[in-house]
Amino acid sequence: MSKAFTPSAAKPGVITANDLREGHNVWMCEDGWTADPAQATLFEDEAIAELALLKAIGQSNIVVGPYVVEARRGPEGPEPTHFREAFRQTGPSNYFHGIQAAKQAEASNV
Amino acid sequence: MFDVRPVDTDYVRHRAAQFRAQVDRRLDGSLTEDEFRPLRLMNGVYLQLHAYMLRVAIPYGTISPDQMRMLAHLARNYDKGYGHWTTRQNIQFNWPKLVDIPDMLDHLASVGMHAIQTSGNTIRNVTTDAFAGAAPDEIADPRPYAELLRSWSTDHAEFQFLPRKFKIAISGGAKDRAIVSAHDIGLRLVEQDGKPGFEVWVGGGLGRTPLLGQVIRDFLPEEDLLPYIEAIIATYNLTGRRDNKYKARIKITVSERGLDVFRDEVEAEFINRRRDFHGADREALKIFRDRFAAPAFRNAPVEGYEQARAANPGFRSWTDTNLHPHKIDGYASVIVTFKAPGATPGDASADQMRLLADLAERYGHADLRVMHDQNVALPHVHKSDLPALYAALREAGLATANAGKTSDIIACPGMDYCTLATARSIPIAQEIAEHFRAAGLEDEIGNLNIRISGCINACGHHHLGHIGILGLDRAGVENYQITLGGDAYDIPAIGQRAGAGFPAEEVVPAIDRLLRAYLDIREDEGERFIDAYRRLGPAPFKAALYPEVAHA
Repeated sequence: MSKAFTPSAAKPGVITANDLREGHNVWMCEDGWTADPAQATLFEDEAIAELALLKAIGQSNIVVGPYVVEARRGPEGPEPTHFREAFRQTGPSNYFHGIQAAKQAEASNV
Repeated sequence: MFDVRPVDTDYVRHRAAQFRAQVDRRLDGSLTEDEFRPLRLMNGVYLQLHAYMLRVAIPYGTISPDQMRMLAHLARNYDKGYGHWTTRQNIQFNWPKLVDIPDMLDHLASVGMHAIQTSGNTIRNVTTDAFAGAAPDEIADPRPYAELLRSWSTDHAEFQFLPRKFKIAISGGAKDRAIVSAHDIGLRLVEQDGKPGFEVWVGGGLGRTPLLGQVIRDFLPEEDLLPYIEAIIATYNLTGRRDNKYKARIKITVSERGLDVFRDEVEAEFINRRRDFHGADREALKIFRDRFAAPAFRNAPVEGYEQARAANPGFRSWTDTNLHPHKIDGYASVIVTFKAPGATPGDASADQMRLLADLAERYGHADLRVMHDQNVALPHVHKSDLPALYAALREAGLATANAGKTSDIIACPGMDYCTLATARSIPIAQEIAEHFRAAGLEDEIGNLNIRISGCINACGHHHLGHIGILGLDRAGVENYQITLGGDAYDIPAIGQRAGAGFPAEEVVPAIDRLLRAYLDIREDEGERFIDAYRRLGPAPFKAALYPEVAHA
């Protein structure tokens, strides 16, 4: 996993980070940051992604450690291409915790 | 049992208040993350794969029932109901929110606990034998020395920015249960002319360059402990490499410079440093010895113990496997393993922690020890209490009779939690444990140490496993290398890589082939896996792991 990934049309990417206050994983989306990776903005242009990353770095009162990571276009939204990012988008495999549990809780509240 | 002094509690309260102010300043934008990161690390706060992680020190693994209940409180109210025992006698909470951590530190301070120096390039938690004060083979209880080192090293002005983290372990006696050979400094209590002192090891460590330590002093008189340790660390502080973090540990310093050169520098530094110690440390040691006074052991008949063993095969199996000899007749030390079927190695729920606190008060002289292998010991239990203790543990799912066996696996958190990891450890450990239990082979295999790390940093001590497993990322796929022949205890040894790695789904079949081959080729039931490996060498074991190569 490289944190210096440069997106392109052939290999797009998303910007991800951790929420400052709570620590959970977040992704940059159209209107800020989301805990739902399927809502993330998919960057296919290096220059636009670089500007977006600079903006993310400037939001250090909201997020910690933003970086660009490869993603592919999926039917529901961006999908991870590496297993590390896949685990970040679900949660640990030994307990049903993290984003997988948050999503289920959200769905049951709807 | 050790008593926390008011001055200690005041100090950790003050540190918690400092950190609260630092968190406030981070959240209001006064501090950048670059400015805040070293401050949070000084208080044991990491940012991991899914969330923040708080690492809490349990000095030399000794913990009181009230402290254990506080850990349970934190697990229940600030985490997701559990904590994780680490290989260095700490506990980690995996899900706290940054905004809650100051409150957690206040709670910890109320029982004399803290997270100071559980991170950073400084002297970390001093670890020791979990059976300290109880083991029949120890020369002396190593914990007063460990407490002396803890007190001396906490906020030691000279050693807050070492080239890298620094780990010290002390073993109390003939048998090394603290793994002194794999620490930056390892101390083995020895006697000379009837006086206690230390065999001093230096330059051990695992990680990407695993090295066993070397003996720098055969005998260090007890009164020279602090000035000599200070001389070693001062020498390392001056000569250790800061140009490359992967070459910054003292093991590289000693290895590159040579033990003799390093020793000469240490001895010269020691002569200078010794003048600065005027006996206050020895006065402190006397006080610590009193504070670690042995409990009031019962001189009572061992009623019901043998009858229960005869009547209850489960109890007999548990006592055969999970007890350690005690220096007092009629007593035993009890190992409570956190490696039940399906369990994550080392994870303890809040309920389990509370239960252990209650049981320690009822049956264990209010004493608990966190073990380096991610289990918890009750060091002092009268044998007449063992049937009742077993029944209570069994009801809570904590009476698994597997200490030192196949399923008693040390596993780091791996990529399920750790941001440094390159593969997962926990599911592999769970699959191996389940497989050999289901196959009914665990008791037949007997003593076996399997250790799993999810990356080259080796937090799961895979190098020291009779069978070691290292998880790596191979072209975007989890892949697991196997090492053989490591040993942490009897004859310290670094395991050797057996060959090419295995995909995750092939690890269990490979270990199955390996252990079935061991059962076929061992001399008798008394020959452990590691003994057979030493006798026969790696060839038959490699052949079992890689049958296609063997038959090519």
